[in-house]
Order: sequence, then C-alpha cells, then structure tokens
Amino acid sequence: MRDTLIQLAYLLAAFLFLIALRALSKPDTARRGMQLAAFGMAVGIAATLLNARIISYEWILVGSLIGAVAGYPLGKWVPMTAMPQRIAFSHALGALAATVVGVGEYFNGLSAGELGSGHVIALGFEVLLGGLTVTGSLTAFAKLQEILPGRPLTFRGQNAFNLTILAIGVASLIWLVLDPTNVAVAGVMLAVSLTVGVLLVLPIGGADMPVVVSLLNSYAGLAAVATGFAIDNNILIIVGALDGLSGFILSVAMSKAMNRSFSNVLFGAFGSAAVAEAGASPSAGGEMVPISAEDAALRMAYAPKVVVVPGYGLAVAQAQHQARELADLIEKRGGDVRFAIHPVAGRMPGHMNVLLAEAGVPYDKLVDMEDINEKFAETDVALVVGANDVVNPAAKTNPKSPIYGMPVLKVAEAKSVIALKRGRGAGFSGVENDLFVDPKTSMLFGDAKQSLIALGREVKNA
Amino acid sequence: MNSTTLIQFFVLMLAGFVGFQSISRIPPLLHTPLMAATNAISGISLVASLVLAGSQDGPLATVLGTIAVTCAMANVVGGFLITDRMLAMFKRADGDKMKGAVGVAAK
Repeated sequence: MRDTLIQLAYLLAAFLFLIALRALSKPDTARRGMQLAAFGMAVGIAATLLNARIISYEWILVGSLIGAVAGYPLGKWVPMTAMPQRIAFSHALGALAATVVGVGEYFNGLSAGELGSGHVIALGFEVLLGGLTVTGSLTAFAKLQEILPGRPLTFRGQNAFNLTILAIGVASLIWLVLDPTNVAVAGVMLAVSLTVGVLLVLPIGGADMPVVVSLLNSYAGLAAVATGFAIDNNILIIVGALDGLSGFILSVAMSKAMNRSFSNVLFGAFGSAAVAEAGASPSAGGEMVPISAEDAALRMAYAPKVVVVPGYGLAVAQAQHQARELADLIEKRGGDVRFAIHPVAGRMPGHMNVLLAEAGVPYDKLVDMEDINEKFAETDVALVVGANDVVNPAAKTNPKSPIYGMPVLKVAEAKSVIALKRGRGAGFSGVENDLFVDPKTSMLFGDAKQSLIALGREVKNA
Repeated sequence: MNSTTLIQFFVLMLAGFVGFQSISRIPPLLHTPLMAATNAISGISLVASLVLAGSQDGPLATVLGTIAVTCAMANVVGGFLITDRMLAMFKRADGDKMKGAVGVAAK
C-alpha cells in the first residue's frame, strides 16, 4: 500500500515535470510551468520520506539543511553573467550525488552479497559517467571562472593518451561485471572516470565552452538514467532521459551554430596556425572606414529600422544595459529597434537572451537568427556590437574560409552597417571579416561600453 | 533480463521520445532557462540519496548518502530559484511604447 502511494506520487511528479518542459516553449507560460515542476519535486521528495528502507531522519535533515543553505545563494545571488559557470557547477553537484549513490549502493550490495550482473552494469555506468561529469564540470567551471586559463591546454599525444585511459575505464567496467566483488577494480574504474573528466575538458578552449557545458549536462542525465536502472526507480529514468536529451539537443544545436562537429570540438585543433592561414587571404580586400560617434548616432537617430547585433564582445564589456538604453532612445524618437541573437552570441546556449532580458529588453525584441535574417534587407542601420565571426559573410561566400557553412546573421544585406569594435584584429577563428571593409560599413573603434554610452549621448542631442 | 528491466527500457524509450518532442520545441530564447530547469529537475535523484542516507546500512552508506542529499538538495533549491529568477526577467513590450513609436515615426 505504502509503496503504491509512493509510486503514484512519482507518477504525478513525472507528469508535472513533462508539463513544465512543455510550458518552457513559450516565455509567458514558462514560469507557471516551472512552479508546477517545483510542486512536483516537493511531492516526490515527501513521498520518498515514506520509504520503508528509511529508518532514521537525522542525517537526511543535516544534508537537506546544508544543501538548502548552499542552494539559496546559488539561486538568488549569482549574477546572470556568471550563468555558464553556475550551471557547470550544478552539473558537478548533480553528478557527485549520482556517483556517491552509486558507490554507496555498490558497497551495500557487496555486504549483502547480492550483486547481479545487471545491477553491476547499471552501477558501473552510473559511477563512470557520474565521475567524469564531476571532474569535467569542475574543470569547465574553473575555466569559465578564469581560475584555470581559458585557452586550450594540450600536450603531445593527448588524444591517444585520453583514448587509452578511456579504454582502461571500459575494460575495468567489463572486468567488474564478470567479477563484481573485486573492490580494487571498482576503485580503478572510479579513478579512471575522475581522470577522464579533467582530460576531456582541459584541451577545450573558452569559445567552445557552450558545447562542453551542454554535453556535460547530457552525461549527468545519462548517469541519472543509470541510477534509475540500478535502484529500480522509474522517475529517475524519466528525468535522466529528459536531462540527457536536453543536453544532447543543445550541444548539437551549439555545434551546428559554430560550424563544428562534435568530434571536432572534443578532439579538434581549431584556430591552429594552418587553419588560420588558409582563411587569412581576404577575398575582397579594402580599408575599414572609421566613423565618429556623432555621425553614427545621427544616422541611427533618423533610421526607421535599426537592428542591434550583440556579440561576445558585448558580454565581455558587460555593456548590455548601455545597449538597452541606446535602443530606448532610438525608439523614443520613433525608430524600431530589434536585437538579432546568434545562437552562440553568449557563453552558453541562450545566454545573450538572458543578459538582454535582465537589462530590460522585452523578449519580443529579441529575435532568433532564422527570423531576423529575412528582415536585414529592409533594415536601415545594423549596429554590430562586439560580434565578428557570427556576422562574417565569408561563411556564405568563401568556400575556402574555415568558417564556411557556419550559419551567420546576414548583416551585410542591411542598407548600412555600423560596427563597434575594439581594434582592427580578426575574430576568434582568426578569419578576416569582409563585412568590416564593405563600402557600406562604418567602423566605430573603442571599448563597446564607452562607444554605446557616447552613441546614447549623441542620439539624445541629435 | 528480467521483466522489470524490460519495462524500464520501455519507460526510457517513451520518456526519451516525449522529451525529444517537447525539448525540440523550446526556442533558443529560453535555452539558458531550460538548462537551469533540467538541472533543478535532475535533483529528483534525491529519491535515491534520501534512502541511502536514512537506511542505516553502516557509516559509509550514511556519509555517502548525506553528501548526496546535500548536493541534490542544493541543486533543487538553487535550480528552481534561479530558473524562476531568469524567467521573471522575460517581459513583453508594453503597449504604449508602440503607440509612441507610431506617433513620432509620422513626423
């Protein structure tokens, strides 16, 4: 009876989680949906407390209290700019929970003498995936937080080394299935998975982090699925599947937006000298034409249609508030301002949308790449703020360019372009950008934040 | 393979299918909240950690269980709070701004 009650509660929770995911497809329903999910979570936790295996509650209380006290600042105080590392850290926490449960259940099974091969396979996957997600996420966190250098850390024979280590991990899993009571092999497997996590993320550069964070999300989900199989719990299988899929879908979307394959991100050497040289020969040539803030502001102040294209540079300069203020000033004068969001504009999937929403830009002004690309032809001024590769027309026109084929914002179709740029250098991929030497493009050099402030001042006076 | 495991594979397949359908419909606009949300929901691993922490299967299980409860609970509390905080920031443009825009554009 009690067990049935618990399972029914899990059924309700799973249903509410799915409703929440459906609600997330629209900004107006999303918040309500997540509140339902939180309720579902409460029901699930309350039901679990009725489990007959639970004898004492004191350590549950201790853990819950510490967790809740630690979770509060993670939810309330972390700034939106720090979202990528915040999410990476959460993946580490979730995976750590799965890993230690796996280890605990293994020793429980060991002392009870009931370790079937199916059970061991599930526990093995749980610990293997969980362990590598823990250290991988912590490494990603350290890189995003700039505790570790963001550039790729590589050494000779790295891929061969990583594959060997991974093979040892898989081999020890197989060994453990054949010989479940061999604690030494279990220890080796745990050590290997922890090592693989670090090795997997170290060689990946800062700009590729969106893919890695999504991928780790996926691994954390798979670890949860394995936990569900190990302890015969359907809701964990369901939630793990959702988590794993969501991470997988996001990493595929990110890879596509960066014109990279999965394996290229994980084992790649993008931006190496050879690749950069191949694309270094600009097809058009020509000079960048500088413009003063005053002239640029005048042009925008009288433009009926303005599209702002924020890039990574805007996030680095933390100039989203200034961008919003400029947009407000132009709108007050009668112009229509939209923001064109490339999928990899921020440091994680959808990051730029959150940053601009926080700055007070209404979400119907934030337009996804596919939708805004049709509108550039009728745009009077496109204002590019700290974006480079994502607006490079070479992705469409130059088959020799390393970014050829990458989906880009068709800024070059706008009637005129003003580009805010720190200096004259090439973008992250080391590729020259023809957009900046296009006759209809004017360059406003300087720090993005200062330039936006100057533009705002001049628009006000115009 | 016993029947429980078989049913579990059915559950996995169906959840995967439904999940794929729902998640594919989420616009890039909400991808960061989606990640925070799945993080929060994955805190349901508490169903495993709570049992381990409270079952008194020896000190090792209790310690590991308590660590797991702490981590999962931090994700649940932090995850739902930050998702809500983010989603609260997504606002639609208000009507009077549009009216003003039309008026000035006429000049």
